[in-house]
Amino acid sequence: MNQPLLTVDALEVAYPGRGLRALPFRAVKGVSFDIRPGETVGLVGESGSGKTTIGRALLGLAPVSGGTLTFKGEDISHPTKQRRRELTRDIQVVYQDPYSSLNPALTIGASLTEPMIVRKTSKKEAGARVRELLDMVALPADAADRYPREFSGGQRQRVAIARALALDPTLIVCDEPVSALDLSTQARVLELFLEIQERTGVAYLFISHDLAVVREMSHRVAVLYHGEIVEWGDGDAVTSAPEHPYTQRLLLASPVPDPAAQEQRRADRLRLKDIQAQQDLQAGAA
Amino acid sequence: MSSVSPAAAPARRSGPGLFRRLVRHPLGGVSMLILAVVVLIGALAPWLAPFDPSATDLRMILAEPGPEYLLGGDAAGRDILSRLLVATAFSLAGGLLVMAVAVTVGLTSGLIAGYYGGFIDAAGAWFTALTMSLPSIIVLIAARSVMGPSMWWTMAIFGLFISPVYYRVVYTSVRSVRNELYVDAARTSGLGDARIIGRHVLLAVRAPVILLMSGVIAAGIGMQAGFDFLGLGDPTTPTWGQMLNEGFYNINRSSNLVLWPALVLGLTTIALTLLGTALRDELEGTGDKRHKAASPWALDGEVAPLLDHGDAPAGEALLTVRDLAVAYPAADGYATVVKGARLTVRRGETHGLIGESGSGKTQTAFAILGLLPQGGKVMAGSVEFDGEELVGRSDAQMNRLRGSRIAYVPQEPMSNLDPSFTVGHQLTEPLVKVLGMKKGAAKERALSLLAKVGIPDPQRAFDSYPHQLSGGMAQRVLIAGAVSSHPDLLIADEPTTALDVTVQAEVLDLLRDLQEELGMAILIVTHNFGVVADICDRVTVMQKGVMVETGATRAVFEGPRHEYTRALFAAIPQGAPRAPLPGVASAGSLGAGALR
Repeated sequence: MNQPLLTVDALEVAYPGRGLRALPFRAVKGVSFDIRPGETVGLVGESGSGKTTIGRALLGLAPVSGGTLTFKGEDISHPTKQRRRELTRDIQVVYQDPYSSLNPALTIGASLTEPMIVRKTSKKEAGARVRELLDMVALPADAADRYPREFSGGQRQRVAIARALALDPTLIVCDEPVSALDLSTQARVLELFLEIQERTGVAYLFISHDLAVVREMSHRVAVLYHGEIVEWGDGDAVTSAPEHPYTQRLLLASPVPDPAAQEQRRADRLRLKDIQAQQDLQAGAA
Repeated sequence: MSSVSPAAAPARRSGPGLFRRLVRHPLGGVSMLILAVVVLIGALAPWLAPFDPSATDLRMILAEPGPEYLLGGDAAGRDILSRLLVATAFSLAGGLLVMAVAVTVGLTSGLIAGYYGGFIDAAGAWFTALTMSLPSIIVLIAARSVMGPSMWWTMAIFGLFISPVYYRVVYTSVRSVRNELYVDAARTSGLGDARIIGRHVLLAVRAPVILLMSGVIAAGIGMQAGFDFLGLGDPTTPTWGQMLNEGFYNINRSSNLVLWPALVLGLTTIALTLLGTALRDELEGTGDKRHKAASPWALDGEVAPLLDHGDAPAGEALLTVRDLAVAYPAADGYATVVKGARLTVRRGETHGLIGESGSGKTQTAFAILGLLPQGGKVMAGSVEFDGEELVGRSDAQMNRLRGSRIAYVPQEPMSNLDPSFTVGHQLTEPLVKVLGMKKGAAKERALSLLAKVGIPDPQRAFDSYPHQLSGGMAQRVLIAGAVSSHPDLLIADEPTTALDVTVQAEVLDLLRDLQEELGMAILIVTHNFGVVADICDRVTVMQKGVMVETGATRAVFEGPRHEYTRALFAAIPQGAPRAPLPGVASAGSLGAGALR
């Protein structure tokens, strides 16, 4: 149980610079963490922090330029094309945008059978599996014959979750899976994620910019800032009593939906801002 | 996000319905009928032709139309009708060959180059540039002198020359589809490249490929007619161009010879071109889409009463919205997006308008500003601003108000700054145009505004272009522009949704400071309860086009009365952390200190 499912060690992702002598752009600069079976690890950070890139590197969609990714004891930093395709059985993804992650010209059923095509599942089996998957994400069975445009954002995200589950993966990368959804839909989709984890024991890499959502979902949390992990540890500790100045700023900047508590938090944030500004000043003077 | 007009919402169906829609399209129906007749004639020509098209009869040289030769005879004594029928077959076949070659070459190379990029991409671009710069007629003449006068070769080469049209269209569509998440999802489903191209990419290029077909066939037929008319064609294959050529030599002796091929050629090309237009209308949903509403607008159903906490302070109402209804014409009557908006904003207060997507909150804001997207109309109710009615005002009257007394901050800062002008230009222009300031004074004012909204180096921001700014900076610039005229009311539509939380906190601070300083009222449209809790004095909750609850922020947060408000509050993440995984000691936890 203590054997990690995935170990990320000093991961670096660099995109080649544009132009002849441009330096490569380093989106991820030496990130290390691990995920245990059945665990949810939250990756929290603001835009440009590299959180999405880490997820894409796991999926083989971003170039790993340094470090290693070890999945079930196997180095998957640079797998062969064949091996990468086999890995998709184990590592799946749910994207942020439920609108562009489903092909508008394909029925829900066709999108769901997609992962099974490659595995040469028989038509009958695939149909049965689609019904099973739709049931799992609480969508009606007749959804299979309908097109994505007939569904709301929350329902589409359920379809995307069903597609990720199609091959019984052991790890799902959830890239901001609820940020495009309305508040009430968001709560139901998050519940679905938890329920599925309980039922199947799948592990999640849960990527989000929202500290409150990450806190509710994750066993352990890593905070990313400019491509580096600045804080990493137990979810409750990181999200309620952070040690790093950036995490502190991030926590106090997220507004709480309670006017009195928010007034307190705002005052705390302004105080922290002054203290940190002073520290920076002293650090600069020293 | 919620600013998309519902008029665009009805989903278009593609696939099986296309043919029927084309028939119903006025241009499409007629042009398809003409083309069907021409194709039928071409296909049945060998059986329809009463005579052998190359059999000469000396008696019938330049004969007038008569019982034997229905359309008369040509200079060699051949039956014009028979030749026309057979020529139709050859001309159409030539056009189709051009299309087939262009599609085959352009589609495959465009797919490969667009999907893989790299070397093939460069080669494709090079070939495109080459064919575009070579005059095709010269190459065709050169090819003719090498390979002899063969219509098929000529048309095939011309197809090659026209293939870049397809290459470019396919290439751009593939490039954009390649970045779609569903292609990434297919890849993570384990699909190979061939399968992804077949399943996802081909579907996306289907429409543009079909769209171009009729135009390319028309171009092919036209090119062939021109080539044959110049006498460069194969004299043994009768085509329309060939007939025109022969007729032209004898135009003074009989105009009959030119008339018929010219007529068929003209009709066919026009029909093909019009079919292309109809196809574009139906495939891309362009063309005349103005709906004539079938029935007059009426509010369906009762508007639920507004739960008012009744804790409004005594103060002068600046903006009062009463029973405002906004509707868009739809296929069957009207789609009413705002049914009964009721809202009061007092001087100097910050009012939050909160709701989920589709609740009509942005539409309400646009209606107040008089900026409803095309088709949208205020159907009922009133908007009273400082004692004056705004509904029914002309655009010019609203413009005077908008620039000066009512300001607006949009959701997407980047798309609301013009990328081709500097920030300074965009800030000073309204000051000069609307407020009539001198240029120098306007610049000074803009610089002080930039400083006021917390931009560290105002002069640098003043001289930069929008793309040189971060999202937070751009939003600050827009806020500076909005408050430049000391408005009484600032309407901010999700002003922080596109920003990171740390930036959001700073922008909210800025709005609060500006309000204290300028004493303006702010109406914030948002879906975020945290934002409301942070900055709003009062809040109104909107659901499905109706205001359901209003009151002081604290009162509403502490004791929500409406069922919907309660449901929304229940959906907020409670911030309960997850219990650690069973059987796992909280080991390996790495504090911040260890990393530095």
